[in-house]
Amino acid sequence: MTIIDKPADVPAPRPDADSGGPLLEVRDLHVEFRTRDGVAKAVNGVNYTVSAGETLAVLGESGSGKSVTAQAIMGILDMPPGRIPKGEILFRGEDMLKMSEDERRKIRGRKIAMIFQDALSSLNPVLSVGYQLGEMFRVHLGLSKKEAKARSIELMDQVKIPAAAARVGDYPHQFSGGMRQRIMIAMALALEPDLIIADEPTTALDVTVQAQVMDLLAELQREYNMGLILITHDLGVVADVADKIAVMYAGRIVETAPVHELYKRPSHPYTQGLLDSIPRLDQKGQELYAIKGLPPNLTRIPSGCAFNPRCPKAQDICRTEIPALHPVTEQDGTELPGRGSACHFWKETIHG
Amino acid sequence: MAEPSKLAKDDEPKDDATPNVSEVETVDVTTEEEAVAALDATVERGEPILQVRNLVKHFPLTQGILFKKQIGAVKAVDGVSFDLYQGETLGIVGESGCGKSTVAKLLMNLEQATAGEIFYKGQDITRLSGRALKAVRRNIQMVFQDPYTSLNPRMTVGDIIGEPFDIHPEVAPKGDRRRKVQELLDVVGLNPEYINRYPHQFSGGQRQRIGIARGLALNPEIIICDEPVSALDVSVQAQVINLMERLQDEFNLSYLFIAHDLSIVRHISDRVGVMYLGKIAEIGTDEQIYEHPTHPYTQALLSAVPVPDPDAREGRERIILTGDVPSPANPPSGCRFRTRCWKAQDKCAEEVPLLAIPERFKGTDSPAAHESACHFAEEKDVVHAA
Repeated sequence: MTIIDKPADVPAPRPDADSGGPLLEVRDLHVEFRTRDGVAKAVNGVNYTVSAGETLAVLGESGSGKSVTAQAIMGILDMPPGRIPKGEILFRGEDMLKMSEDERRKIRGRKIAMIFQDALSSLNPVLSVGYQLGEMFRVHLGLSKKEAKARSIELMDQVKIPAAAARVGDYPHQFSGGMRQRIMIAMALALEPDLIIADEPTTALDVTVQAQVMDLLAELQREYNMGLILITHDLGVVADVADKIAVMYAGRIVETAPVHELYKRPSHPYTQGLLDSIPRLDQKGQELYAIKGLPPNLTRIPSGCAFNPRCPKAQDICRTEIPALHPVTEQDGTELPGRGSACHFWKETIHG
Repeated sequence: MAEPSKLAKDDEPKDDATPNVSEVETVDVTTEEEAVAALDATVERGEPILQVRNLVKHFPLTQGILFKKQIGAVKAVDGVSFDLYQGETLGIVGESGCGKSTVAKLLMNLEQATAGEIFYKGQDITRLSGRALKAVRRNIQMVFQDPYTSLNPRMTVGDIIGEPFDIHPEVAPKGDRRRKVQELLDVVGLNPEYINRYPHQFSGGQRQRIGIARGLALNPEIIICDEPVSALDVSVQAQVINLMERLQDEFNLSYLFIAHDLSIVRHISDRVGVMYLGKIAEIGTDEQIYEHPTHPYTQALLSAVPVPDPDAREGRERIILTGDVPSPANPPSGCRFRTRCWKAQDKCAEEVPLLAIPERFKGTDSPAAHESACHFAEEKDVVHAA
């Protein structure tokens, strides 16, 4: 095991949140994978920003590129077969894609941390959770085993694992699903990062446990004023915690909006379809609205707007021209801050 | 409470008298022929087709290799009773480990019940064997959760959907099978020309349609759906739910719909049962359960579900349960929910609450007058809390 930095360059105290500029900015990111069936274009020009203390929810179905974007930010993309042909990922104004592997390793875990979906397969089954938590301190801060263990117990206390001191030597299989997810959260929090990326953190959990875990995450985020990127497909979870939302489809962001606006007035037919397909009380016994067709194959993304074969509003222009993310305005032209829609007919969608 | 769990077949757990369910009209048969004939009887819409009484399934926990000794049992299902009426959808919700999938396996006769009865058209299917059991299995089919593992990757779609005909050749004569399979593909909205394709050539939603077509192949009367849409993408879930509702009307099916997504269960179900640690906590019509829950667990479960409406964020009162579900190998005494319940009192540790209409609502036509297994059942408006 290498100690990648000496205790001397322990992270500087966190700069104030109002130091200006977003924490993370993703600019025109492209990711593709070479497969036997051709090049799969997983991410095709994604832009988003996250500031300190803010929660960005990235919403999308499987294959929409939401997790791949997160992996590119973390620098844990399998390359090859993955490739980043274009784009910038700016963390506090610095492009991480241009950094050396050593520099990136200093950011990973310490400045940007990630919580994975499946805690059981993300934790090492043959090492105790205390050892795995302590690794953060030993490797990044160069603490001794004893110190690291003490800090691990503190962390487990913080994520409300009962009897932390007694359980620090337990192995992942001895914990329940919710507890394991708390350990994942503790691990991500260990070095008090500026930004946490949570990739479907509660998908594998039961609703009552999901509520506990999301509550904990929100509480810790407030406490440390962290930025949070929440990747999910659950419209309910998003409504509960997000500040702003980016909806992804076939590797592109098709709509961005502050959370209240998105649910009230979606401006992209895909978002509208997703919201309409939620079973509602007054529709009991009727057919659910269903978006027809299937998400596209990433090696053969339809020309023009990727959503056009499934879209009820599609016209000729949708089959030929890729719509840019238009800023969305009120009918009289007043700007709606933070809103954008990648649809040629956004006006009809939101106002019509 | 480590009682020796050698439950003989007729030993009924004493604490589980369930006065809530109707008397079962059993059918007396002596020969196998009579049994098979009785199973062909038609059930009127709205009459009970499946009646489950005090169903128990304990999985033994053993110690030792050569001389296996039973040291306990996982009480996966511990006294469950309900009726399934012809043509209705009964939703079963609950967290993982509450026994809902074990109930499904017991109804399919894939697991042998430790105790209790399952009456299908008046005959206890846990005691059937031979031709009569085969006839029952024809009429109760299942759709599984994961369309990626429940289809054999080495079989073509035609073989998968046609396989039930090998076991029950009376449904489709040999020369007729290909046409039947194509018909089924058409019914579930797949192109009949796909008959020679393999499962990997389909998406998740299409595979689930294949699973549904296989379930329909033998013209069953009951389909048990174990989390049929939870593995699917959001935009595809609605398609499959619509298909299942259409098929129910078309073929007059009864569904037992097991899921953890409460909004989907509400949409599709006529009645809903809430399970916790191997027992039914509360059962009633969808409106009774969702709008007027009286069991604290149901209330906590409903309040924990994230609502897709950001405006509800502040106003909602959420009941966040502490801790985890206790182990079914060593469930709490008395009411099983008491360790996480905010209303728990001494009585809850001593007495198992019966699944019955709460005393205070009995005889009223209040929507809270439905069966709830709680000593202190009362209404609490969790969904509309403001």
